[in-house]
Amino acid sequence: MEVRVQNIRKEFSRFPALNDVSLDIRSGELIALLGPSGSGKTTLLRLIAGLESPTDGTVYFGNEDASRKTVQQRNIGFVFQHYALFRHMTVLDNVSFGLTIRPASRRPAKAEIRKRALELLDLVQLTGLEKRYPAQLSGGQRQRVALARAMAVEPNVLLLDEPFGALDAQVRKELRRWLREIHDRTGHTTVFVTHDQDEALELADRVVVMSKGKIEQIGTPDEIYDTPNSPFVFGFIGQSNILPVKVENGQLVLDGQPIGVSAQGEKDGPAQLYFRPHDIELLDGASGISGTVTVTRRVAGTRHVELDVSAAKSKVEIELPPEKVTSDHSRLSFRPTRWKLFRETA
Amino acid sequence: MTARTASLWQFRQPSVIPGFGLALGVTLSWLILIILIPLSGLAWRSSALGWSTFWTLATDTRTVNALRISFGTAFLAALVNVIFGVILAWVLVRYRFPGKRIIDAMVDLPFALPTAVAGIALTALYAPNGWIGSLLTPFGIKIAFTPIGIVFALVFVGLPFVVRTVQPIMEEIDKEVEEAAATLGANRFQTIRRVLLPGLAPAVLTGFALAFARGVGEYGSVIFIAGNLPYVSEIAPLLIVIRLEEFNYPAATAIAAVMLIISFAMLLIINTIQAWSRRRYGYGA
Repeated sequence: MEVRVQNIRKEFSRFPALNDVSLDIRSGELIALLGPSGSGKTTLLRLIAGLESPTDGTVYFGNEDASRKTVQQRNIGFVFQHYALFRHMTVLDNVSFGLTIRPASRRPAKAEIRKRALELLDLVQLTGLEKRYPAQLSGGQRQRVALARAMAVEPNVLLLDEPFGALDAQVRKELRRWLREIHDRTGHTTVFVTHDQDEALELADRVVVMSKGKIEQIGTPDEIYDTPNSPFVFGFIGQSNILPVKVENGQLVLDGQPIGVSAQGEKDGPAQLYFRPHDIELLDGASGISGTVTVTRRVAGTRHVELDVSAAKSKVEIELPPEKVTSDHSRLSFRPTRWKLFRETA
Repeated sequence: MTARTASLWQFRQPSVIPGFGLALGVTLSWLILIILIPLSGLAWRSSALGWSTFWTLATDTRTVNALRISFGTAFLAALVNVIFGVILAWVLVRYRFPGKRIIDAMVDLPFALPTAVAGIALTALYAPNGWIGSLLTPFGIKIAFTPIGIVFALVFVGLPFVVRTVQPIMEEIDKEVEEAAATLGANRFQTIRRVLLPGLAPAVLTGFALAFARGVGEYGSVIFIAGNLPYVSEIAPLLIVIRLEEFNYPAATAIAAVMLIISFAMLLIINTIQAWSRRRYGYGA
């Protein structure tokens, strides 16, 4: 189901947690709310669920105004970071819970409930564990039970709050891939909250980057990574370097020296140059940006080199192929191949 | 947890925590000194009676009635305490209101107050000429000097046991579990009945057991309000004292032994149920 959030504002005792946020979630989409802690992403998710009520604004499920409905009436599936399973119930009872508490008129027959719960357990690959109690499961298994439980009620929208936050790296990776598979198979409209950019970029159809109660950018993972539209998004997503430069006659100038990068169409004046460590090329001679090597680290398939750029009195990090061996205190020159300028006022 | 059951009888396990031998030694000697020696003295005295004498003394009508009153009123009082104790604990854990600390402290008063004081106060209230008693007398309701009065006194002394055992477990209940139930469509009543109460069951059971045990052994507060009519409102501990004052030691030991056996059996059953539910649900979610 399509979910629309319109001009939502939320204040917690006069402190604004969300400020005029609007968001359209398409039916069947897997969308990530990404941001640092305190950015309002979880609050937004809870507002969609109905676990919080907005100070202002409306949430639509399809064409229906859901804001006046209670959590119970919204028919959503919610998965919590710490599972929130019912620990006195077996796995099977946990998954069937949402169906067994329905009023008799809408409740499927007992056998039908059991069948549906077992099917879901099969979907989340927990067949054979239906008689276990949550305490007897690993973290990854518990979260899969939680997901099956949320899907059992055929929710309008599936909401996941940092679903992999409490799991270790290996399990996280595995579950991430697996969640994508499940989503593709079941087609539930899904919103998940994360502070892990890799998770968001790898998993989601679209990513919503949030900061300080506002949406900074909405786009596909490629758009977010390749064309970030604000210094915040550039800095938050992936690694980035920042250098203070000047634009003079369509050329970028660092400390009075042109760095061999043309910026046609940019207005003259000071600006911040943003570029990623891997979007660079090495140059011979003294052209471009030059700096002194302070630290080199081998990280998996690349060599990370930290440079002291004295002209800007700041440090940058670049990534080089591992064959390229640099010694400390040697000088390197490079120039960014992809970059973005942000002005102070922006 | 399951792996450990295999080595249940393996007495010493390698452990990073030293001093197992010493600690267990202290534990056992202390238990023997404080609990086992006095109790075995009781068992020895009653066994000296011989089986048939013991049986005659234990099945004496006055004794049986006293035991029935003691265990019956303690059971009822513990039930009442479970219901209101859980509600009280819930309010203290979940809500913030002015005066909360005072109420929280008040819960412990029955622990601290000499029980005789409580007994006298309750009697003054519920006696036919007391504040509350005088309001009830026109309706023909008598509380003081009846078994109902005993229940009232036992409710008073047993309340903190339930509240203080349930409270910490309630504090541990994750708010998210309630929210999860709500997102799945459960209304408030369903959430309490199907999600919250079952999780609290072991703690509630412990509170019940403690309040019950306390009620069975209670003496001070009860003797003032009970009226102590033989066969009607005479509790077993009082009957023991009466027998002792008559220098009828065999009868006193017999009653005491019966009380001990019943209490021990009931506590054992309750503990077993608890261990079972704990094994099943585990600690932490």
